[in-house]
Amino acid sequence: MKTYHVDEKGYYGEFGGAFIPEMLYPNTEELRQQYLHIMGETSFQEEFDQLLKDYVGRPTPLYFAGRLSEKYQTKIYLKREDLCHTGAHKVNNTIGQILMAKKLGKNRIIAETGAGQHGVATATVCALMGIKCVVYMGEIDIARQAPNVARMKMLGAEVRPALSGSRTLKDATNEAIRDWINNPVDTHYIIGSVVGPHPYPDMVARFQSVISAEIKTQLLEKEGRENPDYVVACVGGGSNAAGAYYHFLDNADVGIIAVEAAGKGIDSGESAATSALGKIGIIHGSKTLLMQTSDGQITEPYSISAGLDYPGVGPLHAHLYRSGRGEFISITDDEAMNAGLQVSQLEGIIPAIETSHAFAIFEHRKFRPEELVVINLSGRGDKDLDTYIDYFEL
Amino acid sequence: MTKLKRMNRIHHKLQEDKKLLSIYFTAGYPQLNDTVKIIQELEAHGVDMIEIGLPFSDPLADGPTIQQSSTTALNNGMHTALLFEQLQGIRDSVSIPLILMGYFNPMLQYGVEAFCKKCNEVGIDGLIIPDLPLDVYQKDYEALCKRYGLINVFLITPQTSEQRIREIDTASEGFIYMVSSASVTGAQEGFGEEQKRYFERVASLELVHPQIVGFGISNAQTFQQAVQNTKGAIIGSAFIKHLTQNGTNNIADFIKGIC
Repeated sequence: MKTYHVDEKGYYGEFGGAFIPEMLYPNTEELRQQYLHIMGETSFQEEFDQLLKDYVGRPTPLYFAGRLSEKYQTKIYLKREDLCHTGAHKVNNTIGQILMAKKLGKNRIIAETGAGQHGVATATVCALMGIKCVVYMGEIDIARQAPNVARMKMLGAEVRPALSGSRTLKDATNEAIRDWINNPVDTHYIIGSVVGPHPYPDMVARFQSVISAEIKTQLLEKEGRENPDYVVACVGGGSNAAGAYYHFLDNADVGIIAVEAAGKGIDSGESAATSALGKIGIIHGSKTLLMQTSDGQITEPYSISAGLDYPGVGPLHAHLYRSGRGEFISITDDEAMNAGLQVSQLEGIIPAIETSHAFAIFEHRKFRPEELVVINLSGRGDKDLDTYIDYFEL
Repeated sequence: MTKLKRMNRIHHKLQEDKKLLSIYFTAGYPQLNDTVKIIQELEAHGVDMIEIGLPFSDPLADGPTIQQSSTTALNNGMHTALLFEQLQGIRDSVSIPLILMGYFNPMLQYGVEAFCKKCNEVGIDGLIIPDLPLDVYQKDYEALCKRYGLINVFLITPQTSEQRIREIDTASEGFIYMVSSASVTGAQEGFGEEQKRYFERVASLELVHPQIVGFGISNAQTFQQAVQNTKGAIIGSAFIKHLTQNGTNNIADFIKGIC
């Protein structure tokens, strides 16, 4: 059977692998050899499930968005990841990885963060487990995401500015990788998305796969069917999308729609639409599609949403794009902001700007009335209020 | 005949009865067109081998000094095709081994075969590609490197297991690049007991290929410590700092200060 999951060598089609310096080989090799075994242990699963239930607040609701459905004349359900503790799906992964780190005997955690969501989710689980936490964040992002910096500090994490390169997410990731090179024995690196060297993309996808597992159960209850016609998610690195697609990847009856940030427009020079603008290359240890110059230098993407401006995309998503399994749509800043405002006023839910991109597809693409579309509502908009305020002059 | 000679430049050097000094610098730094002058100066003042760094926007294994030199070099306008242009004819004046060191993505974009072919044409003897792992190299690129007479150099670190060191020794052709400690480049000063034990441990493995130590060598003292159990040592960040302060002047003084 054709599968879109990772193969035993760590590849999704031609994408993935572990393009890492030898300094990182022992760490990633240890993880590669152990992650499936550890995740398969009953004690691990029990603790993971228990924390997702009692601490994160899972299962998150699958909500029928009546007014939105009426407006677009199709059946729209929202998977409410915005109701997770810390306000986004990110915590599903950090809970899983902190338990993994404990099993591996690590006593120090590092993470990268762009807008600060993954940093907050990591600082949260480190506080929960009493483990030292260092979060790398681009100097520019630190300046523009002050509330999340404060949250991380309040949770006891040390926030270290990434001063190199463009001083944003990709550079924070570089700094976290350098930290791991410098601290190979006691430290676990909690990557926040389905990016990085194998086995990270697969491990993070598995931790996030609880999203699609719940969608199946909940749809069965509500609609008497396990599978939607479409599952829609925004894609930066692609972790919420990977979780929402996971259990539908190999089911051709379920359409997969990935929504990327076009920024000010695909051809504007200020965009983060990696599938449209990227070429195959290596970023952060993974072979994938990435935005780069003709000389192979990685370029800085742009989106109004800090969670989508990553120059690469997870290797799973690169494969979904190249193979044609996934339908990729790019949405501009303006389209996303307006969609966010509309959802707020139709459903009483203020989405994160990342998620607002996913909501904008209804202006681009028609669905039939009987079709059932699940949108992964990956995060809530509290963190983005300043941006919404500026944009709409509220 | 020339091809045969090229293939053996690193081997010949390794056979010399002396400790080798290898110097790393970033192409296009401090000035765009300094590349050839730096290479000639280094050879003229007794350096045994040179690593020419191909600058990359995201050098994962490098500390701030080499990162900064890469950023400056890119801002100066350095790129892969230009470096090859600069190196055209370098073999008329330089005879020591030249190794290109760079991250894999720019090579991938240039086209790996075209890259190897060009290396061969200008007289490059070997490659160091920190983020090209051993298994991928063996599966996809070893045949290419061999076809174009390039020796690919692998790294080992204090965390590399004996089994893996032996695997790398078997896959190696010239020398093994022995990273002195768990760190990015330019991160430390001086060697402690831990490094000494690591150097001795690797020496006791009696590997087929000689080891050359890199990372953390900045002066005569650290050079002497590094070469005690090995064939030679590589200086990178310290030389970049020298270039930052002095430009391409006084390279002789820098080298005299080492050995």
